[in-house]
Amino acid sequence: MPSNSLLQVENVSKTFRVRGKKLHAVENVSFALEAGKTLGLVGESGSGKSTLGRLVLRLLDSDKGRVVFDGTDITKFKKKDLRALRRDMQIIFQDPSASLNPRMTVGEAIEDAMAIHQIGTKASRQQRVSELLEKVGLPEEVKYAYPHELSGGQLQRVGIARALSLNPKLLICDEPVSALDVSIQVQVIQLLRDLQKEFNLTYIFISHNLAVVEYLSDEIAVLYLGEVVEQAPADELFRKPSHPYTQVLLNSILKIPNSPEQRQKMLSIQGEIPSPLNPPSGCAFHPRCSFATDACKTVKPERRQVSEGHYAACHLVE
Amino acid sequence: MSQPLLSIDNLHVRFARSEDEVYAVNGISFDVYENEALGIVGESGSGKSVTLMSSIGLLRENGKISSGTAHFQGKDLLKLKPRQLEDIRGRDIGVIFQDPMTSLNPIMRIGDQIMEAMLTHRYASRKEAFERTLQLMHEIGIPDPKSRFKNYPHEFSGGMRQRIMIAIALACEPQLLIADEPTTALDVTVQMQILALLQDLRRKRGMSVVMVTHDFGVATNFCDKIIVMYGGQIMEMARTDQFIRRTAHPYSIGLKRSIIEVGHRGKEILPIPGASKALTEEPVGCPFAARCSFATERCFQETPALRIYGEDHHIACHHAEEVARHAV
Amino acid sequence: MAGTVAAARSDALNQKIKNRHRSSWYQGWKRFKRNRLAVVGLVWVVLFFLAGIIGPWVAPYDYRVGDFLAINQGPSWQHIFGTDNVGHDMFSQILYSVRSALIIALGATLVSFVIGVILGLWAGLRGGLADVIIMRGVDFMMTLPGFLFALILVVLLGRGYWSLILAIGIPGWAGYARLIRSLVLGMRNGEMVEAATALGASQAHIARRYMLPNVVGSMAVSLAFGIPGDLAQIAGLSIFGMGLQPPIPSFGNMLAAAGDNILGFPWLLYFPAGIFAITLLAFLFVADGLQEAFSPKGGN
Repeated sequence: MPSNSLLQVENVSKTFRVRGKKLHAVENVSFALEAGKTLGLVGESGSGKSTLGRLVLRLLDSDKGRVVFDGTDITKFKKKDLRALRRDMQIIFQDPSASLNPRMTVGEAIEDAMAIHQIGTKASRQQRVSELLEKVGLPEEVKYAYPHELSGGQLQRVGIARALSLNPKLLICDEPVSALDVSIQVQVIQLLRDLQKEFNLTYIFISHNLAVVEYLSDEIAVLYLGEVVEQAPADELFRKPSHPYTQVLLNSILKIPNSPEQRQKMLSIQGEIPSPLNPPSGCAFHPRCSFATDACKTVKPERRQVSEGHYAACHLVE
Repeated sequence: MSQPLLSIDNLHVRFARSEDEVYAVNGISFDVYENEALGIVGESGSGKSVTLMSSIGLLRENGKISSGTAHFQGKDLLKLKPRQLEDIRGRDIGVIFQDPMTSLNPIMRIGDQIMEAMLTHRYASRKEAFERTLQLMHEIGIPDPKSRFKNYPHEFSGGMRQRIMIAIALACEPQLLIADEPTTALDVTVQMQILALLQDLRRKRGMSVVMVTHDFGVATNFCDKIIVMYGGQIMEMARTDQFIRRTAHPYSIGLKRSIIEVGHRGKEILPIPGASKALTEEPVGCPFAARCSFATERCFQETPALRIYGEDHHIACHHAEEVARHAV
Repeated sequence: MAGTVAAARSDALNQKIKNRHRSSWYQGWKRFKRNRLAVVGLVWVVLFFLAGIIGPWVAPYDYRVGDFLAINQGPSWQHIFGTDNVGHDMFSQILYSVRSALIIALGATLVSFVIGVILGLWAGLRGGLADVIIMRGVDFMMTLPGFLFALILVVLLGRGYWSLILAIGIPGWAGYARLIRSLVLGMRNGEMVEAATALGASQAHIARRYMLPNVVGSMAVSLAFGIPGDLAQIAGLSIFGMGLQPPIPSFGNMLAAAGDNILGFPWLLYFPAGIFAITLLAFLFVADGLQEAFSPKGGN
């Protein structure tokens, strides 16, 4: 793995206990991420993408594996060190109205982030709040508003401003536009892209929306039932999807046709996403895979190289 | 052309809030013909869902239909008593919603729920209803219907629950299925499965579908006809092929351009400036005028009527022709 | 993009910010005012408190002194609520009773509340064994008839102010504990707290700045509902002869005494019972209004 990466995740696993059963939320995931780049994590429900994001941030503790951030292994960090670490890694959430305190004004919310880390004086923090609001495209007056007075798009900008107030190196975006109207989604996505350039931010972008992930990411990892089934540079993944699951996923996207001839037929896809409480044996995708062989039912496929920087966990990849 | 199956004319709906009123639907008219899939597309607050739900008597308590008619099989649904509407809903008009969990009864076996749909409308005898339930479950893709009959909703996945909702909605073989964001809560692969199922059922039964969705991709690929709504009004209405070939309304064009799709990587995307607002005043002029780059004084003062723009193509814009020249 | 900024600066928002004091309490008060019954209740409650504070000074007669020349009189200009069988002026008796009733009810509610909040916070924030034990305690208290428990405590502690406060207050903690715990638990697993943790906030900071402001509304409402409950309990204890020791006047004592003479001198029942009932209702209306005004659903 490249040593100049800002973040290295090595063989991280997380199991939850649900009603006495084991739920393998994240299984043996590894990746590295260079500073200033974006890694997209895509997957459907139960893929473990959000859990993975929280493991990286250590909002959850992993059972196995380690997370190295900026050259330091943070897996064993104690509470106090962790709190200091938060300055460098931040997160924005899918539902900003749920992640903000309804009884704090926007200004107070952003200022509180800095106050927690004792950054600057009260006056300088308030000055910075105004600057940050401008950066995310909000008028200064918004700082006196309470969250319920703002729209979803505005709130997500507030969430971004609050995260940026700490000057983080890594920003985890957990479905940041999924709850927004389409015309607002673009605005927020482009804002994130512009901010990345300006501050040399590193993103982990988590979404079920492949188009949005493709738009922002340099590298994409496709998750299925807690495992990375395919990982590749963004354009490569869309040009040459190698894992049957990635192919199904790409074929399920309904694009707006440019001409009537391009209108898509509805595809029949076999099977359902299995419950992560009861994952299939061998390759987790085999019950839905039209190429599955006997080996797929019993043997878990190893990660194989498709081409330079392109990996897929499938027995059929040569 | 033959008689429309459902004909909505000049519908107005308002919602009373604690301090003000929301003008949710402001003069909507459209027809649904037999064997047709109509997609009503819009963002939140466009009134797309309210339009349909109010016409079948499923309006929230604080909502009020201030004028309009909704003719179905010769009857004005808006003039019917709740009992009479209940009779039509579920028998002649099937309805499915975004979240099947909230419309299914959590403590009733799913087989019984499908059967009940037929029994309450006296569509079939108990014995027939049971047989038909098993057949329906098979048809909508629930494996092993006999044993699954006894399961409860929580024992199914989201996709399966939506299938069950479809079975209930279709139990009495309605001529019209109203689907309110039926796949929005589902994963993409499951969405594709449900849409494929709906497509298949529709063809087999010669049933009409009206689908409310915020997803242009779903609407343009699934539906024969598209209505684009904004601010409680129809902006554009066209056969899908026409719509794809020459999208004409500045809002539809802007929205289509602003959607990030696969393959857009590296491209600059132009968002529609601003955001839609709740309509707390009686709308004057075009609701989109404030965000429209073609807007003139006239657009703010005079509400554009929905007029013929081409074959099977209607548009509510004063400047459609000029917009078209620019788009080329 | 100039367009995005311009659009975000919506006039509606500017207007909202201008038109409102910078506090959600103001919003709550505006919603509260819209509830007529609650406002009427509030007026009564304020009068009741006023009577409790200045009552003894404005009472026309001393509560201890009976006028033997005027016993069992109906309402008149001298004794607007009439007099009882030893010539006590009922109006003065009621004014004095308000004070005792308020002291005990507020004291008892405060005792229940403090115990409840401490245990509820402990259970909700700590979890684990502490939670299990406290919640078992809550279940236990909930199954006990609180009134009977209070009765036993009065027998053990005596019939003074303090013992009544404790007797009514101590058994009442369970409801508050359960409410606080559920509020805290709901938030602890919620996104707001996760987000604050991700910011690097300490537990104490999260509890103070994020959790507390979001529970005060619900706590105020539960307090408002608690006071009339305790008022009723005091009266109940008095009727069983377990309230304040006569001759200290109290609603319960008056009601108990009036019950013996209901046929001959009905005003002895009507006035105290009427005022007491209206007071209970008034408190409930206020509590109801508070709930409507501060419940999250009432927000939009």
